[in-house]
Formats: sequence, C-alpha cells, structure tokens
Amino acid sequence: MATEKQNSTTVPTGDTLVDRLKVLIHSVLSNRRCAVGLTLLTPIVILTVLAPIIAPYNPTETHMGAQLASPGGKFLLGTDHLGRDLFSRVLYGGRSSLLLGVTSTGLAMSMGVPIGVFSGYIGGRVDELIMRLMDTLMSIPSLLLALLIVAMMGPGLFNAVIAIATVYTPRIARVVRSSTLSVKQEEFIRAAEARGESRLYICFREILPNISSPVIVEGSIRVGFAILTGASLSFLGLGTQPPTPDWGYMISTAYDHLWSTIWYWLWPSVWLGATILGFNLLGDGLRDVLDPRVEESKVM
Amino acid sequence: MSHESYPTDRKNWNSILEVDSLSVTYETPTGGVQALRDVSLSLETGETVGIVGESGSGKSTLALSLLQYLDDNGQVTNGSIQFKDREIQNLPKVELQNLRGKQIAHVPQDPNTSLNPSLCVGEQISETIREHEDVTNQEARERMHEILKTVRIGDPEYNAERYPHELSGGMQQRVLIAMALSCNPELLILDEPTTGLDVTTQAKILDLIQELKDSFDTAIILITHDLSVIAETCDRVTILYAGEVMEQGPVTEIFNNPANPYTQGLLAAIPRVKEDRKLNPIPGKIPDLTEISDGCIFAERCEFSERDCKSGEITTEVVDERTNHQTRCRRWSDAIEDPIEPDIEPDRSSASTSSEELLKAEDVKKYFGENSFFDQIFGGEPPVKAVDGVDLTVNKGETLGLVGESGCGKSTLGSTLLKLLDITDGEITFNGENINSLDSSGLQEFRSNAQIVFQNPHSSLNPRKRVGNQLKRPLKLLTDSNNDERHERMSELLDQVGLDSNYASRYPHELSGGEKQRVAIARAFAAQPAFIVLDEPVSSLDVSVQATILNLLSMLREEYNSSYLFISHDLSVVKHISDRIAVMYLGEIVEVGSQKSIFEPPYHPYTRALLSANPDLDPNRESDRVQLEGNVPSPRDPPSGCPFHTRCPQYMGAKCEHQEPELKTIETDDGDTHQIACHLDEEELADEISR
Amino acid sequence: MHVSNRYLAKRLVYIILNLILISIIVFGITTVLPGNAAETILGRYATPEKVSTLERELGLDQPIYIQYIDWLSSFLTGSWGTSFQHNRPVFDLIVTRGARSLYLAVITLATITSISIPLGIIAAVYHDSKIDFGITGVSYLGISVPEFVTGTGLLVVFAGPVFGVFPAGGYTSISDGGIRQWLSHIVLPVTTLTILSIAHLMRLTRTEMVDILKSDYIRTARLKGLDEKTVVLKHAVRNGLMPTVTLLAMSLGSLMGGIVVVEEVFAYPGLGRLIVDSVTHRDVPVLQASILLVAFVYTFANLAADIVYTYLNPRISYGGSAR
Repeated sequence: MATEKQNSTTVPTGDTLVDRLKVLIHSVLSNRRCAVGLTLLTPIVILTVLAPIIAPYNPTETHMGAQLASPGGKFLLGTDHLGRDLFSRVLYGGRSSLLLGVTSTGLAMSMGVPIGVFSGYIGGRVDELIMRLMDTLMSIPSLLLALLIVAMMGPGLFNAVIAIATVYTPRIARVVRSSTLSVKQEEFIRAAEARGESRLYICFREILPNISSPVIVEGSIRVGFAILTGASLSFLGLGTQPPTPDWGYMISTAYDHLWSTIWYWLWPSVWLGATILGFNLLGDGLRDVLDPRVEESKVM
Repeated sequence: MSHESYPTDRKNWNSILEVDSLSVTYETPTGGVQALRDVSLSLETGETVGIVGESGSGKSTLALSLLQYLDDNGQVTNGSIQFKDREIQNLPKVELQNLRGKQIAHVPQDPNTSLNPSLCVGEQISETIREHEDVTNQEARERMHEILKTVRIGDPEYNAERYPHELSGGMQQRVLIAMALSCNPELLILDEPTTGLDVTTQAKILDLIQELKDSFDTAIILITHDLSVIAETCDRVTILYAGEVMEQGPVTEIFNNPANPYTQGLLAAIPRVKEDRKLNPIPGKIPDLTEISDGCIFAERCEFSERDCKSGEITTEVVDERTNHQTRCRRWSDAIEDPIEPDIEPDRSSASTSSEELLKAEDVKKYFGENSFFDQIFGGEPPVKAVDGVDLTVNKGETLGLVGESGCGKSTLGSTLLKLLDITDGEITFNGENINSLDSSGLQEFRSNAQIVFQNPHSSLNPRKRVGNQLKRPLKLLTDSNNDERHERMSELLDQVGLDSNYASRYPHELSGGEKQRVAIARAFAAQPAFIVLDEPVSSLDVSVQATILNLLSMLREEYNSSYLFISHDLSVVKHISDRIAVMYLGEIVEVGSQKSIFEPPYHPYTRALLSANPDLDPNRESDRVQLEGNVPSPRDPPSGCPFHTRCPQYMGAKCEHQEPELKTIETDDGDTHQIACHLDEEELADEISR
Repeated sequence: MHVSNRYLAKRLVYIILNLILISIIVFGITTVLPGNAAETILGRYATPEKVSTLERELGLDQPIYIQYIDWLSSFLTGSWGTSFQHNRPVFDLIVTRGARSLYLAVITLATITSISIPLGIIAAVYHDSKIDFGITGVSYLGISVPEFVTGTGLLVVFAGPVFGVFPAGGYTSISDGGIRQWLSHIVLPVTTLTILSIAHLMRLTRTEMVDILKSDYIRTARLKGLDEKTVVLKHAVRNGLMPTVTLLAMSLGSLMGGIVVVEEVFAYPGLGRLIVDSVTHRDVPVLQASILLVAFVYTFANLAADIVYTYLNPRISYGGSAR
C-alpha cells in the first residue's frame, strides 16, 4: 500500500490521453483512501464474479444433518439453518448486491446527469420547476420512498433496482446541477454562446467533460449507498427473493438463529460491510484526487 | 513627499527589521519550488518600503515569512529575520502571539473574505486590543471607536456594530487597517491593500495610508504588483523577480534612474496617461522555480545579458552608496548608459478609422432580476438596472474604449451588444440591420462578424480540449470551409498571435496566462470578425504580459481592420489603445469623446474624479485628489435625475436631483466629437485637475 | 437578523406546494403501480363480482383525479381510513406508533448532536493528524456498516445469554413498566441509530470546519495574535456551526430510514415497524398516511432549520429569493 502524503493538487495531466490515464492511475493508487478501498474491493469483486468456479457447493443445495455447522471441516465458513454452505452463499450473495449497486446507480446516473446538466445550464423557470420536483422527491426519506415503490411493484431484485434508481436520481441531479452552475460561469461557455453553439452542444460537449470528475465521484459513492439500501430492502424481505442468496436476506434469516451460532450472521455482515466501506473509501479518495474543491456531498 | 532630502533630515534612524539572505522553499509533488532566494531587506522606524513584483515573484511569501505564517509545505531553508535585533524564527508560541498584532501587524489582500462574517467589526478590533493590552472592555471599546475615527470611518458607534457584509469594500479595508493599527504596531505589513478596489476607492485608501505615515511612527512594508501605488506612497522600493531581489533603493532613484534591466523593462511596459508611447514588453516568461540554473535568473529575458551572465553567482552591487541603491546585475552600468525606453508612439490619427457606422446602440436597456413565479405573486424586488439607456456608436476600424468602475454595467453592455444577453429595451443595429430581428442565418452571419475576448484567460478556454480544436471549432461553425482549410487557417492564426504551431496539440493547462489569452484572441479572430468586444482583456495579466497583449491587439487591428469595443477599468490602458472613449457610471454613459478630449477639460465631474484618482508613476507628484463621498448607489434603485448627483462634488441642487441630463455636444477646436451629460455649463466643467 | 414576513409567507407557499406534490407522488405510487386494493383486501381468490362491488364502495371506479381529490380531502379532514390489516382507524394507529418512534428520534438527535459536533471540530482542528485519522477512520465504519448489522451485533453482545443487560426487543410504556423498563427497551435502538447518524454529522461538521480553518478571516485572527483557543472557539466554531443546523434537519431523513430498519431489528412497535408491516400486507391506507406524515415532518424540520439558520447568520437578511 502506498504511504505517500496524500496529494491535494488537481490531477496533473500529460500530453496524450494515455499519459493522462497513466498519471491518473498513479495518483489514484498513491491516494491512501483509494488504495484501501481498492484493496477491499478487488478481491470481493473477483471472488464474486468467479463464484461459479470457486464456490465448492451449489449455494441452494441443502445438507441435511449439517445445519448451522461451525467453520472448518467440510464447510469453510460453516452452514446455515438449512445446511447450505455459507461460503458458497456469501460468494453468490455478492452477485446480487453488486449487480444491484451497479445497475441502480447506472440507471440513476443516466437519468440524473442529463437532468442536472440541462436544468443547470438552461436556468430560469425550467430549472426552478425541475428542481422543485427533485426537492419534493427528496423530501421523502430515501429508504421510505424505496419501500413505498417496492411495496407497490412487489418485492424482487429488478423492482428494487428501479426503486433505488428513482430514489437516487434527484440526488444525483442536484449534485450535477451544482457542478454545472459553476462551470456555466466559465468564460469558455460564453465564448461558445458567442459563436452560436446549440444548447445541446454546450450541455454535453462543453459542460459535461468538465464535470466528469464530480460525476465519477458521485457515482462511486452512490454505488455504496445503493448496495446499503438494497441490503436493507432485502433484510426487510423486499429485495432479492429466496432462494437466491443475498447478504441482506441472509442476515435477516441469521437473526433468528443468533443464539445458536454467530457465524451465520457474521460472514454476510463482514462481506457487506467491507463492500460498502470499499466503495465509500474509493469514492472519497477519488474526490481527493479528481476534484479536491468539491466539498463532501451534503445530500444523503 | 520629501524624497529629495533623504536621508539627512529624518528622525533618528533605527533599524527595526533586518532580513538577511532569506530563502524559502515549498515542497510540492513535482519538486521543491524555491520561492525566495537570498533575499535581504532592512527597514527603519518610520520608513515605508514597497515590495513590488509580478505573480510568482515571491512577494506574498516574503510577507508571510515575516509573520512566521508560511503554509505547511513551506520552509525557510536559509537566512535570518531579525525584528528589533532579535531572531523571530522558531519563537515559542506565546511570544509569537505577542509579536503578531502587537508589534507586527498585517493587513491582508482581500478585505471581503478577511473579516469574520459573523462578528461585528467593532468587536473584531477591540478583541485585538484586549488580547494584547491590559484594558477593561470599556477602555478597549473607546480605543476602538477612536481608531475607527483615525481611519476615517464616520459615526464609529454605529459602524462598529455593523457586520462586515454591511460595509463596502473600501470600508472593510479601513476596518482591517484600523485593526492592524489598534495596538500601535512597530511594523505594519500591507499586502496588496488596494488590489480589487475601484480606482476611486483605492485613491482614498492610498491617501489614508499617506496620512497614517505622518501620524503614526510605524514602519510600513507595502506589497503590491502595481508600481504606481509604490510611487504614491513609499520611500524605498525593493523589486522582486522570481524570488530574488533585483534592485532596491529610494523610490525616486529607482523610478528615475533604474539600474537593472528588469526594472527598466517593467517601467517601459506600463502605459501612462500622460504620454502616448509604444509599450515595450519583456520577452519570454518567468523561469520554472523548481530548477534554478546558474547565473542571473533574468538572463534569458534580458537584452543586456552576455555569456558570463549565465554562469556563476550574481551578487548585489552598489550603484550609489549615499542612497543605498543596490542592483543584482553585472551589466548595470550598461543599462544606465543606454536604458530601455519606449518610443513615443506616432500619433494614431484616425488614418485607419472611417466615419462609417458599424454598430449603433440606441437607448439600450438591460435589466436583470428574472423573478421566480412566486416572487411575482408576492411582488419581487425591483430589477437591477445594469444598463439603463445607452446610446453608442462604433465606427468601422475604430476602437472605442469603455471605462467605468466595477458594477457600472460596462461588461453587461458589451454582452448585450453581442446579443449574448437578451436586450430589455432599445435597439442595436449592426451593419444597418437590427440584431434583434435576425433570422438564424442572419444570426450566424452576425456571430461570425462580432466576437468577444474575456478577462480571465484561465477560464476562457475549455480545459478539456486541445488548443487547435478550440481554434477550428468556430471555423467549422461560422465559415464555409473544409478540414484542410480549417487546419491551415488555424496555423495561420497561431502564427499571427505569436505562438508556435506545436501549440495546436497542447491542452490549455500547459499554457501560461499570457499564452492562453493569445489563444482566446486567435479564437475570436478566427472568422475574421469586423467587431470585437474586448472585456477587460489584460486586467488579470502581469504588466509585462499586458504590454505584449496590448501590442498584439494593435497589430491585429491593423491586419484585419476590425473595430474594438475595449472595456476596462484602467484609464491608462484605455487611453493607450482607444480612438474614442466612453465613460460609464451606473448604467449610463456620462461622457464620450475622442481619446484626447476625454483627458482634457472640460470634464464630466465623474471623469474628473476618475482621472484624479488614477495613480501615477511619477513619485514626485503632489497628490490632491477629488474625493468622492459615499458609495455607488444600488442599480436596483438608481437615483432620480442625474445618476451621479448623490456623490457629485459639483452638485447644484434640485435640477441635478430631478432632471436627467442629456448628452450635450461640446465644441472643440479640432472638430473632435465630445459629449458630456451634465447640467453644469461648459465653463464650470472646464477647471483643470489640480495636481 | 430580521426575517421578513414576506420571506416566511413565500416559504410557506413553497412548502404547501411541496406537500401537495408529495401527496400526488404518494397517491400516484400507491394507485397507479400494479397491485389492486380490492384484491388485496379480499384475497387473491375473490370472485370478479365481489372485487368490482368493493371497488365501487371504495370509489376505485372513479376517474383518477376525483379519487385523488376525495382522498386528499378526507385526509385533510382527519379521516385517514381504516387499516386493512389491523382493522383500526389509521389515525389512532399512527398516533400511538408515531409517538414511540418520536422518542427514538428525539433522544438520538440529542445524542448525536452532543457527540458528533465536538468530534467533528476536534478532527478538523487536528486535521491530518493521528487524532483526525482515528476519528475519520471510525466514522467510515459507522457509515459503511448497515444499521441492521450494527443492531444485530449489539443484540448479540448486550442481550445475549452471556452478557444480557438489555431485553432483546419489544417495548414497555412508562405507565406500564416504569421509566427503567421503558429506558431499557430504548437504549439499544438509540445506540444503533446514533452509530449510524453520528458519522454523517461528524464528517459534515469536520468538512465544514476544515474549510473554515483555511479561510482568510481565520488567518486574520491568527495574525492579530489571538491564541488558538479563541481562534477556534470564537471565530471558527461560530461560523462552522451555522450550517450544522441545516445538516441536522437533513440527517433527520436518513434517521427516519434508519428507524424503520432498527425497529424491525429490535421488534420495537413504532411507526417504522408499522410501515414495514403495511408494506408486506399491502395496507395501503396506513402506508399513504404514514409516508405523508414522515414527509411532512421532514419538510417542516427543514423549514425550522432554515429559519433558525437565518437568525444565526448575519449575512443573510431575508427578503430575497429562497435559494
């Protein structure tokens, strides 16, 4: 792990794209938070993706007589109340969590970013209207809004993704809009107007490349939050549906067996915590590297 | 000022500060920046020393090291700082606290951010007194009121209870000066005390400093980038360049007989109100301070330099023992023999300008304050009348200068003329066509013919796009050209603004401020426009770079026969480049005329105030300025009648208050057009400016 | 500072508009999305005739905007309907349950304010030192570990067979079991919520304070020779705490989400648990009412914070725009 002093300057950029990428990767790796975050995330992602190869058992396969086994022996991390291998279930459980985190964030970004850029650049009444609507959506606490949507659409991974994306869209739009407002002040935007560029060109060719840093930072932090919200939904029985393994759901069933074995509860908790922690660290670290000026997101 | 009698009739000279061979380095990810090298300086009681330098010269670092307040990554690597014969580096915390504010006081650069926004200004002063002196709260408050009076803040009891945001910039700066003076410090450090202030406000602060010099016995260090500020206030001056002292000595000596090529270059690069002359820019740019090469730091840019300048250690040499005039130069006697001096500019008589109208603005108004839906229901605030009825013409090939202080609406007017802002009322015609009724092809035609260059070079180029592409984009949009033609034109443009063709593949962050501004100018000229609005194009540049850009603009004007609207707050710059000048105040044009007629009587009272406030490079000038009372009124609620009547020194009463003066034409001998919007008659406007 | 009546009036109009929008959203989600109320009440195997009769009774055959207006007007007049699941008036149900959740929220807010703000200030003052590193490091755990994990962990430790000092869940009112009993049921949920929210607020305080300690006016204060204690406590904290008021109101949002989960973990019969139950049983009237209530509380908390902020901050003299 790199121990260099955290650098607080903007990304130094080189001549070519490749150079810039090299410099970027270097500063990302030499940032302590990024490094810790990546150290946590890399093995988790690899193990999860390779779950079908690595997992010793089918995650839904029950082993009669081996319920709630302790770690060691035949089962690396023990078994659950139905005698299913915890190691395999934790590996597979990561798939739904990561899938949910990435897709719901992606969906929310694909809606929130254009809304934020457009609203911020156009300004005036249109902006006022859009932002009022976003504020309203944000005045329902995020988990409750997600709950409400899932309640109505029915539980399940897909519906959870839709719900979380809906909840995060206004939050992303707000952040993107405020970055847009500051870039909009720059004189090169006025120069573009002076040569008669279209609004679309200005929004997406002039502004967007210049707010890519806060957008990336926001995205990586959001993935962590999305996984957390998704796990909460699963914990409440509204996310991924059994028998598909899922960390949140595993914790909720482990809850009923807390006094018999601690392992059943512990493993999914540790993996879930480590994943969210990894994304949080990565996001904050990226903020240091890419965009030191933007303060910590005040929108939760 | 009495520089002449230096140093015999001064009070007992006691050295109060001795800086010896100070070096400071900042650690950065790309290496150590040697911000100061071998800087020596001495200061005596009651003396005012100016430290002048362009950006990157290390002048602020010097100020902060005197206060022992360097950033965490900055470190003194060598040298000593003795205050009253005592080394102040590595003082224990408590002693340092007793030193700061009590013995060495500091007035920071930006008054707006330097006062605590949530404490009344009076409390911020009296807490300093309470901290350093054994006084009761009551005594501290009385002292605070007194000191507020000293810095000419009226009604101290009332104003002490104000929060910073309730005071104007000039008032805030007075509060900061009062704070610094509150414990009678022996050394006062003023860090760019007037930068960011309007010229009339600056004049008042400079007058205040002058007064304080007389009434306090404080030694003063005044740090600035502006040589004219030094000329007005200082006894001695130290010229810093790239972290080294190039020259130091009495102000009169340095300004009249500079013995260093850099000083000479600086003085030759500054436009002056008093004479028309060509500007001599200093070629090249400031060296990279992470790798200092042997020899003279200025050698690369110096026209006197010879081979031996680039090696060995350059030491300080004495020019005149009597006045303690020193220079860091091996060729100083050559430089004195044949100094760098700008040529007198050939009269730019309206040879290239015609009387054919290119752009005409009639009664143009631009109000801001798009109220939200609910503001309208609840009766929102009145709009900001940024531009309030302006008539203006720009002829073909002509440069019209537009001067005014911040907030007068000059930039808004510039943007409105280019249809970058929607006009509120009035009519703008360009080449005989009303620009408000243009169809889309007409608008494109207009855009290709009317362009703009902005103030801040660092924000005027898209940081994510290569220079070449940024130059080609307007060509693609505004001209009928293929890729090869665009490429060719781009190279031509780079060449015209004096940049090598390999700049095309660079990103903006690889360019210096001056280079970026050249690219921005090239971009504006891409489609060969007939009219360019230059919105403070040199205001954020160092003087040596400013001269380069001004010369470039003059050259391009000849080349393309374009018209300029040159917007600036700097009278000397405007005078240098303009054929005609318009003076703007609170959204209205108060005076317009040929370059010559503006600077000669008769004057509009506001123009008179501006001219007399404009600082001068002549250290011998006696200052006797027109002082403007009060603040600029809010453009939300401009005064009735003449907009200037609330501050006008020649205010006549009811007529000024109720009747708005029209621009009336003044007859001139040589047929120049000259118009003034004032109720006073010509004779009353004609008084000389007492200087 | 003076807050003008005009500003307040304007804010109120915005809030009313906001609340109307929220009600439309809540109504929209509960009505438009798949899932049919009549079917839910009667069960999956009801005959179509029965369903359509009930639909008529419930007014579900009316056009959607009529349904909305009916719904809103009865909501505003206090008739919030009857819970499908509990067969009790929704209003009574929510008041009883809401009060219990309110205890959790208020106590948690008090704890996090008194802990996280000082911690944030300390971390900022010792910026980049080991102390800062420790505090920030721990705060990452607080942010990253979900409340149901923390809650369960606390259960294992403090309510388990080994070291069981607290009941594993449930609730006893003060009138039933006395204040000790009541408290013992509240300690663990509040601790869980505190761990969740403390990190948010602490980090935001820290960021704010770090920025302020770098500001020009702090330099002015130091350069006039004030001691560091005065600089921090008088000059920095005063400015640093103003936004915290707003942040507190905002952290109420994540706190409310947290309460839902925490009540589930500790089987605490509050509003959160009621919401989760109603979700699983599709008890639409309860859902609509409770979500609306939560949004109302949240909106008014933000309004209150704004007003307090304007009183604290001399820079803002209202009369101008709401932004």
